[in-house]
Amino acid sequence: MTASDVKENVILVDCINQNCPMPLVNTRATIMKSKKGDIIKVIGTHPQSFEEIPMALDAMGKKIIEKRQEGNKWYIVFEV
Amino acid sequence: MLNEKTKEEVMPESKKATIIVHSGGMDKVMSALIIGNGFLSINIPVTIFFTFWGLKALTKNGFKKLSLSKMNILGLGKVMIRAKMKKHNVASLEELAKSFKELGGKIIACTMTMELMGIKKEDLDQTLIDEYGTVGKYCIESKDAQITLFI
Repeated sequence: MTASDVKENVILVDCINQNCPMPLVNTRATIMKSKKGDIIKVIGTHPQSFEEIPMALDAMGKKIIEKRQEGNKWYIVFEV
Repeated sequence: MLNEKTKEEVMPESKKATIIVHSGGMDKVMSALIIGNGFLSINIPVTIFFTFWGLKALTKNGFKKLSLSKMNILGLGKVMIRAKMKKHNVASLEELAKSFKELGGKIIACTMTMELMGIKKEDLDQTLIDEYGTVGKYCIESKDAQITLFI
């Protein structure tokens, strides 16, 4: 399953221009409001968060579907 | 064991974290709140215990009144750091405290400090404080915590 297969129920978390720790915090806040099976897509620009959010997701046992860098923006798509 | 708020399974090897904020420097309180937010973001419950100089941060508008712990330069250092924070879009103490609470963090205010410094409950920002306590509460919370920090 890739991000392009998922058309519905993708919850977007816009962290563009946010600095530490807000991308991580907002990702977590969104997880808390979602339910098991929901797909969350986080978009941001903070370089360190592109490494650390996947680490946090792994630590919490969340399945990462896709992560990619496009210019100065990164995208992380995962399942709750 | 389930996280009370989210009903997710809490990682068994990381039960919870406690942080004591003893320092009243703006930068130190900020570190404590960033770390607190960090642990909450990976589903580790956190309790922050504000005592001594740290308790000043919990007074009404207390965050604004804190000085930098070093290089405060009569307030000039603080102005400069705040300007840099704004430029780099770094979250303010108020935002960090708000997200700390929203992610399920707990804040305890030290009643012994309140007595010593003549601080009353009415002087404190009640939207932040979950409980009041002294060292006993801190120790009981911490004895089951895998991580404890003194700031």
